[in-house]
Amino acid sequence: MSTFSPTPLQFIIITILKIAVVLVITLTAVAYTVLLERKVLGRMQNRWGPSRVGPFGLLQPLADGIKLFLKEDLLPFAADRPLFIVAPIIALTCSLVSISVVPFGSVTRVKGVDIFNIADLNIGLLVILGITSIGVYGIALSGWSSNNKFALLGSLRATSQMISYELALGLSLVGVVLRAQSLSLRAIVNSQSAHGALSWNVFGGFQFFAFFIYLLAAYAETNRAPFDLPEAESELVAGYHTEYSSMKFAMFFMAEYANMITVSCVATLLFLGGASSPFGNLFPDFGGIVVHAALPIFWFVLKILFFLMLYIWIRATVPRFRYDQLMSFGWKFLLPLAMVNIIITSLIMALRA
Amino acid sequence: MQLALFLIFGGLAVAGALNLLLQRHPINSALSLVVVMMSLAVLYWSLGAEFLAAAQVIVYSGAIMVLFVFVIMLLNAGEEERTTGSKAAYIAGFPGAAAIFCLLSFVFLSERKALGFANLGGYLNETASNISQISTVLFTKLLLPFEVTSILILVAILGAVVLARKEQ
Repeated sequence: MSTFSPTPLQFIIITILKIAVVLVITLTAVAYTVLLERKVLGRMQNRWGPSRVGPFGLLQPLADGIKLFLKEDLLPFAADRPLFIVAPIIALTCSLVSISVVPFGSVTRVKGVDIFNIADLNIGLLVILGITSIGVYGIALSGWSSNNKFALLGSLRATSQMISYELALGLSLVGVVLRAQSLSLRAIVNSQSAHGALSWNVFGGFQFFAFFIYLLAAYAETNRAPFDLPEAESELVAGYHTEYSSMKFAMFFMAEYANMITVSCVATLLFLGGASSPFGNLFPDFGGIVVHAALPIFWFVLKILFFLMLYIWIRATVPRFRYDQLMSFGWKFLLPLAMVNIIITSLIMALRA
Repeated sequence: MQLALFLIFGGLAVAGALNLLLQRHPINSALSLVVVMMSLAVLYWSLGAEFLAAAQVIVYSGAIMVLFVFVIMLLNAGEEERTTGSKAAYIAGFPGAAAIFCLLSFVFLSERKALGFANLGGYLNETASNISQISTVLFTKLLLPFEVTSILILVAILGAVVLARKEQ
């Protein structure tokens, strides 16, 4: 690599620039994921979805944003003030921070600066898991500090659901880590880059059980259908954010969609080969340096869109689980399956070694 | 940079620990304990033990403290009343705490050579990841204590199951 080594000041400036760019792109993606969900869900239910604001309703996220900004910010009289304000901040921060370790493309250095990754950590996967587990506090505290029984019930459900499914989620990733022999997200992506789609963990790596477990546990972690019990509107009004209005509500909303994007990023990196092309080296190289940098981004975005569509499709198809079904499914089916997957993967790895 | 991190997060850990004692509401105390755990994780990381840092965050702040908060929320514990405390605590407590502090600092300062030094950020550039180093030590040298600990935890789990099971 190049010999350019930035001074601390340069390093801080470059990092802040990268964070700003990624933050703007992520927040735009969050806004348009909401629109995508409303449009696709509408078509699946044989209606139009938002179509009035701008061409095809494309300005709808902007209108929603303005509406939420201008609404009155209510603060319940009996709420625990500091925690009530801090809770949405924790939720949104945790969901946005974990994107910082995601590599969006192959290593592309411009003057020694890796432009497609904010921080390449050797424990990137553990950092994502750790930040996810901190995000539970946002939801737990919001329900408690609202001083509202529906909010409290919603947050209790959300917390116990997230703690339970975190186990299955973490264990499903162990097989991938065993194969890559590293916790660095870059190394995990590189371990799947040999023969295009055939060497992705979900196909060639024989991790499809892990992939299945990860997807289900991720739906529960992000409180999405069919595991959206914390906000089951028929029983709990709106769950943990019942008392929130205006931008504080919007922060929870953005956190949910940002979490969806993060989970899709992790699934892409760990099971679908990250930003690598599904054709591998089948086609000869073409294009200049710009195409070389842009093509991985294209594949990465395409894979994330696939996962987001899957989220929406499942929300339109599968009805909500009952709470005891959710718990027994997580503890009695997903967790043992994940352990069996670890044992078989490590046995095969040991026999091959 | 490492020194700045140490000063910031060391200070934060001490402030969190003091806040833990001074807060009246149990949920605020639990949250200050979370702050202490997270600052400790950053300190571990700045010493080059990144796996320990991640485990600290995931296990302590992510799992154990969430259960603490969970229980406080479920029991709806109210604010504590501030009492002046018993006289015995004042007479024996403060000198005792001071004595232990003096003893520990004396031991650490006199055994400074034998203890060795840890470099701030000294191992961050090492090529061998410390996950593989930890696991090598854990599964060769310390295998027996490791297995005994896991059986101990298993006993605790069985105890919880027995306590929680409905009477038939």
